[in-house]
Amino acid sequence: MTARTRRAAVLAALVVLAAAPLVLNDYRSATLARMLVFALTAASLDLLVGVTGLPSLGHGAYFGAGAYAAGWVALHVTHSAPVTLAAALAMGAVVAVVAGSVAVRARGVFFLMLTLSLGEIVEQLAQSWSSVTGGSDGLYGIPPPEIAGIALADTRSFAWYVLAVFVVGMAALRCIVGSPLGATLRGIRDNEARMRALGYRTYHYKLAAFVIAGAIAGLAGALFAGLQRVVSPGDLGFGSSGAMLMAVIIGGEATAWGPCLGAAIVVELRDVLGPSLGGHGNLLLGAVFVAVVFALPGGLARLRRVAG
Amino acid sequence: MSEVSEVSEVSELGEPREPTSSPTQTRAVLSCTGLARAFGALRAVDGVDLALPVGARHALIGPNGAGKSTLFQLLTGGLRPSAGRVWLDGRDVTRMSDARRARLGIGQTFQHSSLFLSMTAAENVALAVERARGAPWSPLPRQRPALRRRIDELLADVDLLARRDMPVSALSHGECRQLELALALAAAPRVLLLDEPAAGMAPAETERLAALIHELPTELTLLFVEHDLDLVFRLATRVTVLHLGKVLLSGTPEEVQGSAEVQEAYLGTGRRADLFVTDAGPERRDGDREAESP
Repeated sequence: MTARTRRAAVLAALVVLAAAPLVLNDYRSATLARMLVFALTAASLDLLVGVTGLPSLGHGAYFGAGAYAAGWVALHVTHSAPVTLAAALAMGAVVAVVAGSVAVRARGVFFLMLTLSLGEIVEQLAQSWSSVTGGSDGLYGIPPPEIAGIALADTRSFAWYVLAVFVVGMAALRCIVGSPLGATLRGIRDNEARMRALGYRTYHYKLAAFVIAGAIAGLAGALFAGLQRVVSPGDLGFGSSGAMLMAVIIGGEATAWGPCLGAAIVVELRDVLGPSLGGHGNLLLGAVFVAVVFALPGGLARLRRVAG
Repeated sequence: MSEVSEVSEVSELGEPREPTSSPTQTRAVLSCTGLARAFGALRAVDGVDLALPVGARHALIGPNGAGKSTLFQLLTGGLRPSAGRVWLDGRDVTRMSDARRARLGIGQTFQHSSLFLSMTAAENVALAVERARGAPWSPLPRQRPALRRRIDELLADVDLLARRDMPVSALSHGECRQLELALALAAAPRVLLLDEPAAGMAPAETERLAALIHELPTELTLLFVEHDLDLVFRLATRVTVLHLGKVLLSGTPEEVQGSAEVQEAYLGTGRRADLFVTDAGPERRDGDREAESP
């Protein structure tokens, strides 16, 4: 695909997404918003997993930290959308700096387990620090965000708001992936020892990837808080992190749009089809995951390459 | 520590040369004194002194397990020594990380091609060039023309310009070795360490590599480990023989070729067969003739 056709395809997809809330009912519009929120989260995780080669099992922590920050600001400070977004971005980044500075020193399965346990620590913190986080009830009654004093209370305008933030977040991620920084991260994934021999202080770059991914996940968390109007400790635990990693792998790691596609599939199977299957959404999701791993190693986004 | 006593022992074993005190350190680009590294009870490198003056073509040879690769890693910073010091341009770099030493001018290629397998030849070189230009933090897409010129220049230097946009996985073994060299040269290092540059190469590929190494700038200091002794004696102006972690002999190629001690280290005592058959000829060989009879 040439750069030109790729740009046309992205533009067409954006037009479809922007028009969708006009034709979809409220329930499907809200589902679309959910998919976009989850897609941005999965894409941010892919910066770690696919691009830098750091499989993280604790990404829900940064997403959840952002959601809590946005919820808390909306409840206690201001409803302004830019402020809640900025707070969530900063909180995601701060938690990622702290967790990353520990996790990035480890490799392989140790890295995996460290990110898992750091995620659990953050979840536990959300449970225990009730005066701020509301304990196991979480934060509820979160008001919808406002832009220029207008509350985004209806599903349609909220879906557009989510789409706008999604586009900005994805643009930032794609920009980084195509930059010298992105090339450096791919180099670390391919051969860290060689990067060090070339003079790269790989620790700093891995931490940078961690912080960028955490910040974007935090941003997605703010959208989540506005969408659900409730944030609870479960949203930043392993259940949430595991689903994100599944989305990345189903869609295709280190591909431009694979994680987004994977996220949409996870939301559809777990949240839309799940309830009508008597709550067996996760069973279906697991079956699809296994099928993809064996039938399409590299994920759905690489289907075209396999066929061609 | 016991390593200290080993140091003097080594200098007695080695051929007479200047003591490795500070004046030598300042003149040498890369040097080490009393360098040692133990893995449990195994002393892989055991009190090695080495000094590479500017423009040296220094070869490191020795039988398998002599400690060549460990010594390399101690010099590049991949491993920390149990004792001893490493100097670069008179500066003590013993406690510096490998990345830091690379930035100060130590370039290296690896025994097994160590490249970025998901990328093309040009993208591999780009990573090295970006690092040398100090731009790899930019989160914005790169400006291409200047970068491209430098990449092409480096690829041309190692005869790989025609392979520019080929993925590394499609390159031959010899071409991978050449690309390794381009990566190491991108940062214009002060000293270049080549770990078995000709390993696994076909004769024609070795010829090409020898020519490439021969054409390297004369001010670049080279230290290389190589098993192909023919290549060693063609390229090196000085050879150090390592045996069981210690310097057995350090001298000119002629001195090393003529040494009975070196023959023994390679082949064991009681058998003085054709280690240096190529140019040395039978008249150079000393010792037991009966060992040659079948």
